[in-house]
Amino acid sequence: MTEIIVVTSGKGGVGKTTTSASMACGLARRGKRVAVIDFDIGLRNLDLIMGCERRVVYDFVNVINGDCALKQALIKDKRLETLHVLAASQTRDKDALTEDGVRRVLDGLIADAFDYIICDSPAGIEKGAHLAMYFADRAVVVVNPEVSSVRDSDRILGLLASKTHRSVNGNGGVKEHLLLTRYNPRRVANGEMMSVEDVKEILGLDVIGVVPESPDVLSASNAGVPVILSETSDAAAAYEDAVARLLGEELPLRFLEEPKRGFFARMFGG
Amino acid sequence: MGLLSLFRSKPNSASIAKERLRIIVAQERGSRGGPDYLPLLRRELLQVIHKYVNVDPEAVQINLEREAGNEVLELSVALPQKPPD
Ligand SMILES: Nc1ncnc2c1ncn2[C@@H]1O[C@H](COP(=O)(O)OP(=O)(O)OP(=O)(O)O)[C@@H](O)[C@H]1O
Ligand SMILES: [Mg+2]
Repeated sequence: MTEIIVVTSGKGGVGKTTTSASMACGLARRGKRVAVIDFDIGLRNLDLIMGCERRVVYDFVNVINGDCALKQALIKDKRLETLHVLAASQTRDKDALTEDGVRRVLDGLIADAFDYIICDSPAGIEKGAHLAMYFADRAVVVVNPEVSSVRDSDRILGLLASKTHRSVNGNGGVKEHLLLTRYNPRRVANGEMMSVEDVKEILGLDVIGVVPESPDVLSASNAGVPVILSETSDAAAAYEDAVARLLGEELPLRFLEEPKRGFFARMFGG
Repeated sequence: MGLLSLFRSKPNSASIAKERLRIIVAQERGSRGGPDYLPLLRRELLQVIHKYVNVDPEAVQINLEREAGNEVLELSVALPQKPPD
């Protein structure tokens, strides 16, 4: 059985690609066969975050248009044997993605016995975002504890409940999870940032992970190594927990409290 | 908590964010999946109400309630307080 998971948010720049890359790695590291697809047509970025940008020969739209076979476009990860990346096309043609084309690619991956297909959605609610979620079984809604991100997430939840294959065909709907990221426990403690509980209460969804704001995310993207692979990072541990929860494990949330810091940092709130 | 924050006595901005979101999200959920004319209806109602009383757009709430196959359009207008005679 293949499970299709969309990583979506509405608002841009909240951490969808970071999350897609790390969750895909986390699942693959547990031996699952994973394909992660960049739906951000025209703004290919997942390849950079995954560190395979120089190995892109064929892309998602090439497969849809029959320019190559699906196998030729799937980039095998060099670190994890069961992980594959399908890059977005850099075309400016807005109609490059079609429902039928996307369905054929997903069917190809299902026939190839992938365990998970992770769809990295573009921002917004246009075609790319719509098609990224349309065939999903599950959704990871990435949200920052900030007003516009939360509101947009709620908008996305509305679309997941009405404009997806599962909702339209009454197959029990898409299973939705919330993933909070760029969480800053210090600011939460100071009352400057909404807490996990606040966001959970407003959106009424279960939380699959809370990823702290972390400098490791930038260094990971600089290096082209998904942050979940950074060994000593809190962000990595938080993503690893999220992957475990996705697979059904029950774990308490971590990194909700400010880490103990030195005297100087405490005095000047660095 | 840093020393500096002891001197800060701003209102807790996270709780303001939460309260604002609670209201707008409820409102947007209420009109979701509703007829497309709802925003226009709201605008026109506002204009009509404005002819009689000067209310803020915020004071006019429109909600579409769905219960057992029935749809009820609920309109609430918070009138400004009467000036003392
Ligand atoms: N936990 C985090 N801590 C610090 N920075 C983060 C964190 N998560 C994401 N970022 C940063 O936020 C920025 C946006 O991340 P990312 O590209 O994953 O977002 P996105 O939702 O995919 O954006 P887009 O909507 O443009 O596709 C990046 O610069 C990334 O390094
Ligand atoms: Mg992205």
